[in-house]
Amino acid sequence: MSAFAATLRRDLALMWGAGGGALAPLGFFLGATVLVPLAMGPERALLESAGPPLVWIAAALAVLATLERLFQADLEDGSLEQMLLSPTPLELIVLAKGAALWVAIGFPLAIAAAPAAIALQTPPERALLVSVSLALGMAAFIGAGLVGAAVTAGVKRGGVLIALIVLPFFAPPIIFGASVAAGEEIGGAMLVLGGLALGAAALGPIAAAAALRLQAE
Amino acid sequence: MLSTLANPARFMSFSAWAAPISLALALALFAVGLPWGLFFSPADYQQGETVRIMYVHVPAAWWALGVYTFMAVASFVAVVWRHALADVAARAAAPIGAVFAAICLVTGSIWGRPTWGTWWEWDGRLTSMLVLFIIYLGYIALWNAVEEEEKAARLAAVLCLAGFINIPIVHFSVDWWSTLHQPASILRAGGPSIHPDMLGPLFIMAGAYLFLFASLAMMNMRAAIYRRRIEAARTRGAGR
Repeated sequence: MSAFAATLRRDLALMWGAGGGALAPLGFFLGATVLVPLAMGPERALLESAGPPLVWIAAALAVLATLERLFQADLEDGSLEQMLLSPTPLELIVLAKGAALWVAIGFPLAIAAAPAAIALQTPPERALLVSVSLALGMAAFIGAGLVGAAVTAGVKRGGVLIALIVLPFFAPPIIFGASVAAGEEIGGAMLVLGGLALGAAALGPIAAAAALRLQAE
Repeated sequence: MLSTLANPARFMSFSAWAAPISLALALALFAVGLPWGLFFSPADYQQGETVRIMYVHVPAAWWALGVYTFMAVASFVAVVWRHALADVAARAAAPIGAVFAAICLVTGSIWGRPTWGTWWEWDGRLTSMLVLFIIYLGYIALWNAVEEEEKAARLAAVLCLAGFINIPIVHFSVDWWSTLHQPASILRAGGPSIHPDMLGPLFIMAGAYLFLFASLAMMNMRAAIYRRRIEAARTRGAGR
């Protein structure tokens, strides 16, 4: 089995196996979504316009909360050194970890976004668009998140630091995602979102691997 | 010239006189540019006297971006050639760039009140400057969070370069977003082109900010190098 597939399987097993690790972000997402009508009032027109962007923000924060332990655990238990010893380039292994995060947490969040948007009074046909755009957006978030997680892997209690570092990278996908969700310029925004996702998936692992090599020194 | 200065000892002897000289130059340029801009330049035909805040605001915006570019170049040098002085330079520049970005945001907000009628407008440029400010804060926070100094330097360099790729993307997205949300675009200073009489004080102020940055960055770097020397001397003393 290639190192890519092995890392993917291992990370999926870890995320799905131990204590429902992938369920916690979904629960967080649900809880954050419930707070929206509580804070804004249940008025239909207000929710209809504010709902999809808030779903996006809740999903972004949910994935942000999973980043802190992404590489920290590997650094602590020595897995990272094994990854460095492997003949497979570290960039590819990091890409596998990001892909696992997308499959285990990003994609389920994107699916969950549709019912959440409908609950916030989004028209059902647009809720599907929210899901599709968020699936792309999640890839962009995770690509940037890999860098934030890698540079802070050695920092104890680095959760807030990761958020501060990563949030500026979340701005472009949020802008285009919210545009799709609001039904403005759907085609163009979707293309840009796809471009951001591909760019983040290509560049994120390179920068993250550079940082991880330093962490292991 | 840069490769000669890359030697820390040579940098120390160069900056010993270059830092105070650029500080003096900065103060002299401020002494010319501030009164020229604030009292002797023409008022704008639309904005009247409020346009004068431009001489503080616009150079701060230029150099907030310029300083980040400088940091990115230094970080690149640090990552590729593992040069210690490049690390020190990037770190020394960061708080200065952050303050320039903050000056730009605050003066932009004050300028917005009379011209746009609001303290804050989600204008494309203001928004990207705010994101740049947050990027500065993240960079500084990472430096402070990682205990081992050499590792902190390398990690911060990686982050700085990633941020450098992010800035144009943010700028482009925010522009797209603000035109989408504000079809009636906001009047910019002095309309489409700027009056030539305003360019003189503007460039003088830009020069003042540049020399201010150069002197403060060199002083910061000197302080960092002295701190390293003291620490090295201490460990030598403790080993005895």
